[in-house]
Amino acid sequence: MSNLSRRQLILGSSALGATGLLGGCEALPGGPRFDGLYAASDALTFAVQRFLLRHQRLVREFPPEAISAVFPTINTTDPDDAEYKRLKAGGFAEWRLPVSGLVARPQSFSLADLRAMPARTQVTLHSCEQGWSAIAGWTGVPLAHLLNTVGLQREARFIVIRSVDGWWDSYDLFDALHPQTILAYGMNGADLPVAHGAPLRLRVERQLGYKSLKYLTAIEAVARLDGLGHGRGGMISDLGLPWYAGI
Amino acid sequence: MSRRPTRPVADPARHALWVRTTHWIGAAAFLALVVSGTGILLALPRLFWGETGANDAPAWIVLPLPVNLDQTGWGRNLHLLAAWVFVLNGAVYLAAATLGGHLYRRLLPDGDQLGPRHLFRDLRAHLRLGSVSDGAEANRYNALQKLAYCAVLLVLAPTMLLSGLTMSPGVTTAFPELFWLFGGRQSARTIHFLAATLLVLFLAVHLWQVLANRPLALMRGMTIGRTASRGTDTP
Ligand code: HEM
Repeated sequence: MSNLSRRQLILGSSALGATGLLGGCEALPGGPRFDGLYAASDALTFAVQRFLLRHQRLVREFPPEAISAVFPTINTTDPDDAEYKRLKAGGFAEWRLPVSGLVARPQSFSLADLRAMPARTQVTLHSCEQGWSAIAGWTGVPLAHLLNTVGLQREARFIVIRSVDGWWDSYDLFDALHPQTILAYGMNGADLPVAHGAPLRLRVERQLGYKSLKYLTAIEAVARLDGLGHGRGGMISDLGLPWYAGI
Repeated sequence: MSRRPTRPVADPARHALWVRTTHWIGAAAFLALVVSGTGILLALPRLFWGETGANDAPAWIVLPLPVNLDQTGWGRNLHLLAAWVFVLNGAVYLAAATLGGHLYRRLLPDGDQLGPRHLFRDLRAHLRLGSVSDGAEANRYNALQKLAYCAVLLVLAPTMLLSGLTMSPGVTTAFPELFWLFGGRQSARTIHFLAATLLVLFLAVHLWQVLANRPLALMRGMTIGRTASRGTDTP
């Protein structure tokens, strides 16, 4: 990891201590608004878990034999989108991932570009908010590597990720730069299947499954989240589930 | 087990303010946890052993409940809020009970209460659905009551907390030992459910015991902290 990203990692995590739980508004400067009845418990969970995870430990990884025979697919399993269908018909050869916002060198990447980058394979347990869990192997490029390639500007604090079905979510650098946060194009040794988010999905292993977006279309680095959507940091939080899903 | 002399307390149905406060906060949080936990369970009313499990994976127990995916959002939110209240409140109660001697004086069974004859007599009185706390026994909790409270406070409540945390991908990253303790995420979920079932059974017996033994006096003791003069309030 470069010095730049390490410094931002530390900034991102220590900023929390400064604001703490005061006000029930922002648990992170510029971060998502925690509001409603559950602001206090969400902020408490977030603060305690950030403290417990401050050493950036890795989640467990399993041997390939542990991979589950069935890995459930939920929500969108084959996007009903004309552009997506066209790209899928072409084997995603024309698919591009633009990376923009507070970066030094905005650019867009093809699947071949991503495959040429250093890859990580991890066999991990996926924990769904609906109670199920399954083990799968994921292969992809660490998000930290991609962000280093484009060069984060020093004001960048959050990474906003968008999906073809209109879904979007955001991550602070503490999670975005974690070594197991990867952009996966492979699953269980093969290409990522359409039902699991082809051509590219996110894996955020220390949070519940809903933070691991499928069908990625764009990545953007921002300093604040308050101007996006309703300021809660993602679509799921507008629907009432917490932005931070470590439990 | 004659580790200490029996020291009867004045009237066990009179409770200190901290006991009453933590009792009712805990009871309210517990009810919220049961209701919201049921809501969460409906998304996957099946129980598994090991790490993995899903609606179309073979289950250890298939609960006779409908699958309902729409109760997850409010269920999880309320569950985690109530869990924080239950855990922080329970920590205050346990710390005060341990440091102040309440645990030792009123909750751990006295030596004489653990003799087989004594236990048998308590059991028989319970099974007759009658009142146990009459006569000389009225100045302390009876043996089965003490054992039930200790099981809830020292075994079931910590099991609920730890098995709940084993379902958290964040907490288990910091403490992977939890997976070892419960044998995997789905095992922890199963144990969480089984321990919750035991707590609900405790609550049923607890309520039955209050109703079967001077309910007005006991409720007065646990709310306003006073009982009317003894003897007149026995139903
Ligand atoms: C919501 C309905 C409930 C009612 C009406 C109720 C009522 C009472 C009453 C009247 C007492 C005093 C008994 C006596 O003095 O002999 C008591 C004690 C106790 N209850 Fe409950 N209770 C309820 C729920 C619960 C729940 C959900 C729990 C645990 C999860 C619980 C745990 C206890 C404990 C541990 C004590 C002993 C407290 C001490 O002496 O430190 N109760 N309850």
